[in-house]
Amino acid sequence: MTRARVAVALGAIFAVFFALVPFISLHVDWVLPGTVNVVNSTGTLEVLALCFIFAGVALGYDVMFGFTGLLSLGPVMYFATGVYVFDIALTRWNWPLASALGLTFAVSLVLALVLGAIALRVSGIAFTMVTLAFAQAFYYLIEDNPHGLTGGDTGLALSTARLPAFMSGAVSNTRNLYWIAFGFLVLAYAVVWVVTESATGHVFVAIRENERRLEVLGVRPFGYKLASYTLSSLVATGGGVAYILLIGTAVPSAVASTTVTLSILVMVVLGGAGTRWGAVTGAILYVYLQQYLLKVAAQPSFATLPSFLRVPLSQPQFLLGAIFVLFVLFVPGGVAGLVSRRRTPSLKQLVAGQRRKQ
Amino acid sequence: MTNAFDVTDLHVTIGGSHILQGVSLEVPRGGVTALLGRNGVGKTTTLRALLGIVPATGTVRVMGTDVLGWPTHRIVRLGVGYVPEDRDVFAGLTVEENLRLAEQTPEPHYDEVYSLFPELRARTRQRAGTLSGGQQQMVSIARALLNGWPLLLIDEPSKGLAPRLVSELAEVLERVATLSTVLLVEQNLAVVRRLAQRVVVLDHGEVVHTGAADELDDPVMARRFLGVAGAS
Amino acid sequence: MTVFLSLTFSGVALGAIYFLAASGLSLIYGLMDILNFAHGLFMTLGAYAAWDAATHAPASWGAPVIFVVSLVAAVLGGALAAGLTEVLVIRPLYGRPISQILVTIGLDLAATGLLLGAFGSNPQSLPVPLWMMEASHFAGISLPNADYVAFAGGLVVLIALEWFLRRTRYGIIIRAGVENRTMVSALGINVARAFTLVFVIGGAMAGLAGLLYAVVFSGELVSPTQGDSLLIFAFIVVVIGGLGSIRGSAVAALMVGLVQDYTNFYLGNHPGMAEIGNLSVVLLLAVVLEWRPRGLFGSAL
Repeated sequence: MTRARVAVALGAIFAVFFALVPFISLHVDWVLPGTVNVVNSTGTLEVLALCFIFAGVALGYDVMFGFTGLLSLGPVMYFATGVYVFDIALTRWNWPLASALGLTFAVSLVLALVLGAIALRVSGIAFTMVTLAFAQAFYYLIEDNPHGLTGGDTGLALSTARLPAFMSGAVSNTRNLYWIAFGFLVLAYAVVWVVTESATGHVFVAIRENERRLEVLGVRPFGYKLASYTLSSLVATGGGVAYILLIGTAVPSAVASTTVTLSILVMVVLGGAGTRWGAVTGAILYVYLQQYLLKVAAQPSFATLPSFLRVPLSQPQFLLGAIFVLFVLFVPGGVAGLVSRRRTPSLKQLVAGQRRKQ
Repeated sequence: MTNAFDVTDLHVTIGGSHILQGVSLEVPRGGVTALLGRNGVGKTTTLRALLGIVPATGTVRVMGTDVLGWPTHRIVRLGVGYVPEDRDVFAGLTVEENLRLAEQTPEPHYDEVYSLFPELRARTRQRAGTLSGGQQQMVSIARALLNGWPLLLIDEPSKGLAPRLVSELAEVLERVATLSTVLLVEQNLAVVRRLAQRVVVLDHGEVVHTGAADELDDPVMARRFLGVAGAS
Repeated sequence: MTVFLSLTFSGVALGAIYFLAASGLSLIYGLMDILNFAHGLFMTLGAYAAWDAATHAPASWGAPVIFVVSLVAAVLGGALAAGLTEVLVIRPLYGRPISQILVTIGLDLAATGLLLGAFGSNPQSLPVPLWMMEASHFAGISLPNADYVAFAGGLVVLIALEWFLRRTRYGIIIRAGVENRTMVSALGINVARAFTLVFVIGGAMAGLAGLLYAVVFSGELVSPTQGDSLLIFAFIVVVIGGLGSIRGSAVAALMVGLVQDYTNFYLGNHPGMAEIGNLSVVLLLAVVLEWRPRGLFGSAL
C-alpha cells in the first residue's frame, strides 16, 4: 500500500471512530475532560465538539499560514463573523435558518475580499500587523453594541426559535450538535484537501517558498494570496456558526479577542504548520488539554497543593504557552514533524515576503 | 608563509540553487589576485562565503586558520577588510560615523585614508546616502583600509563609475595593493590588467582556470574568461 | 478652546506613552526583524514591579520617594524581563524570524497566564502620590499632574534615545544595523550584543510605559492583560511611523494619541460609539497604509 492510501485508511478509521463516539457509553477514569467519567457524557461530547470546531478553523488558517506563508493575525474576525452574524440574524431578526446561513457567509465573503485586498497591499510583518489591527477594530465594534445588535460585553444568547428541534441547545441534543461540529470538520478537511492538492494549492506553496520567483515566471501572486486568505476566512466563519450552535451564547472576549487568534496560531504550530492533519491534531490536543486542565484545577484535592505548584498548574494558558515555547525552541516541525518522516516545512521556510538584508 | 586564503571544495546553496559547486582556490600573500567570470557564476558568493556571510560547506582557511562556520565578525577580526559589491555604505550615517563604525584597532589609520581620499576629509559630516557613487565607493574602501588589515576582499569596485573615476580608483587600488593582499572581483579588463598578477576564473560555480594575469593580453583568452560583455 | 487645548495636551500625554511602548518595538523590529509580542508583557511586568516595590517600601519614606522607587522598579523590571527574553528564547532562534515571533507569542501567553494565576484577573491598586491626581493650571488649561509627568517622561526618553543613537558607538551600531545588519558584522562588529542591548533598552522603556499607563489612564490599577491591550496600539504606531524609525514612532505616537483623544471626546458620547476612539485609530492606520504602504518615515521594508 502506498503512503497516501495508508493515510486515507487511517483517516477513515478515525472518522468512523469519532462519528460513533456518542454511542460509546464506556466508563473511563482520569483522561476524560467532562465531569462524568463516561465517554459519551454530555461534558465530554461538548469538549470533543469544541475540539472539532477549532480543528476545522485551524485547518483553514493553515491554508493561509502554513501553505501560503501569510502570517495573518486576523482569523478571529471571520470566526466572530460566523458567530455574530448568524446569531443576530436568528435572534434579533428572527430569520429562517437558511437565510441566516446565507447572510453569514455572504458577509464573511465580502469582508474577506475587501479587507484582504487592503491588507495584502503590504507584505511580511506589515501585513501581520494590519490584519491584527483590523481584527482588533472588529472586536471594538462588537463591544460597542451598535444599534443594540451584539449585546456588547454581556453577549448575545442564541434564540433557537427558528432552528429545527434537533439543533436546539437542549442537553438531549448535545449528540446532534457533536455531529454537526464533526460534520463541519469533515467538510473543512475535504475542501482543504481538494484545494491544497489542486494546481491552485501548488501556487500557494510556491508563494510561500519564493514569491519573487513566481513573479519572474509571470504569475501574479496577489489573486492567489487573496484566494487563500478568503478560503481560510470562510472556513473560520463556518467554525463560528458551529460554535454558536454548540455553545449557545456569544461573548466578545471568548469569540472575538486576539487571544483566540493567538490560540489558533499556537494550535497550528503545535501540530505542524503546512500539514493538514498536523493542524487538526494540534487543535484537538490544544482544546482538549485546555478543557482537561481546567477540570483538573477544579478538583478539591487540587487546592491542597502548595501554591508554587497550584498557581501555575491552575492556568491552562500558562501550561499551553510554556509547551508552545518549548515546541518552537526544540520541535520546530510540531507534532507532524515528530511523527512523519517526510520533512515538514521548517518555520524558517514559512517566511513570506520577509525583508531581505544583504 | 601561509597563503592568505586556502579554499577547498566550497559548496553554497541559496534558496534551492546550488551556486558554488566545489570551488577550490589558493590566494598567496602579497599582490592582487583577480577572481573572474561571467555574471552570475558565483564570484560575489565566493567572497561572501569566505566571510561567513552565507553558509557554506568545504574548508576555508584564512592565513592558515580554519574559519568555516565562524561568525562573520570573528573572521573579519583576523584581519580581513571587505569592500562589498554596491558599496553598502550606511546611507543614514555620516561619513564620519561610517568610518568610526569600522574602527577595530586602537590606532585607526585615518591619515593614510585621508591621504588616499582627500575629498572625504571635507565631507565628514555629510550623510553617506547623499554622496555620489564615486564618493560612496571611497567611503567603502576607506572603511576596509582603516585598520591596516593584511587582507582585502574587494567586489567590483569599478561598477557604475564613470571612466575617469575608474582610472583614479585603479590608481588608489595600486597603492593599496603594495600594503595588503587583495582578492579582487572585477569585470573591467583594463583594471584587472593594471592591478592583478594572478587570475582565477569561475564558471558555473567551479574554478575552470588559474594562471598569470598576462594571459589576459590574448584577446581570445580574455573573451573566454570574461564573456563578450566583460572583454569589451 | 480651553477644552480643545486640554484635550490636545492629554492626547499628547497618551502619545508619549505610546511612544515609549512603540520606539522599543520599532528598534527591535528594525534591527532584528522580530515582531515582539512579549513587549506587552514587558509593560505589564514593569507595572507589577512598580506595584511590588511601592507596596513593600516603608511608608516612612513618603509618597514622592516611594513613587520614584516604583518608577525605577518599573524600568529595571522591564529591562530585566526583556534582557532575559532575548538571551534565553530569542538567541537560540537567530536566523529564524518567524520562530522568534512565535516564541514571543508563547512567552506572552504563558507569563500572562502565570500572572492571572498569581494575582487573579482583578487589578491591583498602585500607590501613587496624591499630587499626581491633583490638577495644575497651565496656560489656561487644567489637567492632572500625571498627564504632565507622562508627557515629560516621553520627552526625556525621546531626547535620551536620540542622544544615545547619535552620539554613542552602540547607538551608531544600532542605526547601522537597522539599515544593513550583515555589513555591520562584515566590519568586525558582533551584532548579537546590539541585539541584547535593544531588547534591554526597549524593555526599560516598555516598563516605564506600563507604569505611566497605569497611573494616567487606568486609574492607578495594574492588571495582567493591561500590557497586551496597549501593545496593539503600539503596533499600530510602529506601522504608521515606519518600521525601524524612532522619529516615525514619535510622530505617529502623537498622531494616534491625539486622534484617539479627540474622537473619543467629540464622538464617543453618542450611543454605540463608545469605542470610536479605538476604531478611528485603526481607520488612521488604513488611510496611512493606502497612502504610504511603508509608513510615514519607513524606508525599504
